[in-house]
Amino acid sequence: MRATETEYCLTQLTMALYYALVALGLCLVMGYAGQVSLGHGAFFALGGYTSAVLTTHDVSWLQNAPPTPWFKAAHLLVARQDLYGNSLLTVSPWAAFLAAMLLVMAVACLIGYPALRLRGHYLAMATLAFGVIVNKMLLASSLAGAADGINGVPEWHLAGGLTVCGKGWARAQNYYLACALVLLTVLVLHNLVHSRVGRALQAIHDGETAAAAMGINTARYKLKAFVLSALLAAMAGVFFTHYTGGIGPSEAGAFKSVRYVALAAAGGLGNLWGVAVMSTALNYCSLRGWFGSYDNAVFGAILILLVSLAPEGPLKPLGAWLKGLAGKGLAPGASSSLRRAAPRERPAALGASEGRPGHGAA
Amino acid sequence: MALLEVTNLRRSFGGLVAVQQVSFAVKAGQIKAIIGPNGAGKTTLFNLICGLLKPETGQISFRGESLSGLEPYRVAQAGVSRTFQNPSLFPRLSVLENVMVGRHRRTCREFFACAFRWPGQAREERAIRQAALAQLEYIGLAYLAAYPAGGLAFGQRRMVELGRALAAEPEMLLLDEPASGLNTREKEELGELIRKIRQRGITILLVEHDMSLVMGLSDEILVMNNGMPIAEGPPAMVQNDPKVIGVYLGVTKE
Repeated sequence: MRATETEYCLTQLTMALYYALVALGLCLVMGYAGQVSLGHGAFFALGGYTSAVLTTHDVSWLQNAPPTPWFKAAHLLVARQDLYGNSLLTVSPWAAFLAAMLLVMAVACLIGYPALRLRGHYLAMATLAFGVIVNKMLLASSLAGAADGINGVPEWHLAGGLTVCGKGWARAQNYYLACALVLLTVLVLHNLVHSRVGRALQAIHDGETAAAAMGINTARYKLKAFVLSALLAAMAGVFFTHYTGGIGPSEAGAFKSVRYVALAAAGGLGNLWGVAVMSTALNYCSLRGWFGSYDNAVFGAILILLVSLAPEGPLKPLGAWLKGLAGKGLAPGASSSLRRAAPRERPAALGASEGRPGHGAA
Repeated sequence: MALLEVTNLRRSFGGLVAVQQVSFAVKAGQIKAIIGPNGAGKTTLFNLICGLLKPETGQISFRGESLSGLEPYRVAQAGVSRTFQNPSLFPRLSVLENVMVGRHRRTCREFFACAFRWPGQAREERAIRQAALAQLEYIGLAYLAAYPAGGLAFGQRRMVELGRALAAEPEMLLLDEPASGLNTREKEELGELIRKIRQRGITILLVEHDMSLVMGLSDEILVMNNGMPIAEGPPAMVQNDPKVIGVYLGVTKE
């Protein structure tokens, strides 16, 4: 029985890692570009649903259409059997993945383009509305399985023996695959934020007028960051759907989108590693059912507490506190207090300065 | 030939005409100042040139190309850098990173190249860092490179902002009241620095209240009042213009 329980935990850890990808994307948009998105759950769902619909919807009526053999040869269409032994003709998972990414890219551009040309929280409004629309449309659409969502999503053979699916034999490799995806995402985003583009995004966050005066096309940079993070959410949705074998309409709900914002805030917004660790841990707790029926309330409370008490996230003050403790343990007082005092001390003012005038104009 | 040429510019806000019938030219290599009492339309004129406001009528041409109606980032890319009356550094970036943002116009790697460390990206990044450090040394603040820009004193912020604008290697520099909030010693240093910048071949247009700085520094002065130019010429000539004296001392024409 021991083995089963391990696998059970592993499943939830894998799911939590996929959710972490969404929070990492938000980290770029919120922590660096300074824009709030309340619709990332919808992008996750849109990615997952596109993939699920395409890979489960039978198109065998196309069997005799002239281009079908070519599509089959190119592995765009695959003939397979469903759980009951009926033969199906469906879009292959790879093709469905590409279709999902293209669709989400187009949708994110459509929402982001008008909202991001303006300053302020227009993106939050637009994405919130978008999430509600997607949620309602999924609930009303028979193609998307209405309230039941979609089940029976096939395995996705990536390469070699690597398969995205929920089968027992593939649990370990799927866990490592999810870890690899999170690590890769952290690495890529780390490269991005420590570069010309990352500095430009932070400049936009700190002062849009000044950023534009440096020649930064602020609207385009915000849009690119937003689309990139929507694509990350969609990618997570596609992997998640193949892994769990299905997806439901609650993934697009406003609660889910707010949860991602809370997760990004819990990691410290601008802190990629913090977001990856905290969102995996918190979602794992949530999926284990530790928050019981207070699940959504817990994430709401996390968001409220962080915004009011620790806008930089809980990790930074915690880290400083731990450093302080460690310093005291090693050498009483001296070294740690010196180290902490140094950056706070204001550098000598320009020239040999005496009394400094404030802001008064001459 | 004139580097910047402004012809018959007009802009109003509701019923208030902030700028009208403004025409002037700035020659390459010149230091030109715009002065005038509060509400004369200097800042509006500045914002029209750098694209923050759109003119209702009139033309702005820079190096023979039209700037009117362009977005601010396009104006910056065309080679016009500016500083703000209230130094607007990016407070969460370090001083060095602030100046590195100034290199944006001179560099080209975009999202894909930066995310995947495409060949050449690391080299460009090193070049940006070196150029920014050189710029900080030029303005004498290299020792502040690692400090967060949010923690600087007012005068330092202004100098770093100037360094950031210079990092773009602009053809023309717009300075919006560069001496406001500076003490006497800092004003002198600023004057020296502006002269040095001009010697690098950068044309300078500034709005300024501080008369001693403007008179000592500028090759030409444009005096504005009520949204219209009332005098233009070398400092000595402008100083003795009866209309200018009238505006500044409140003498009415009889």
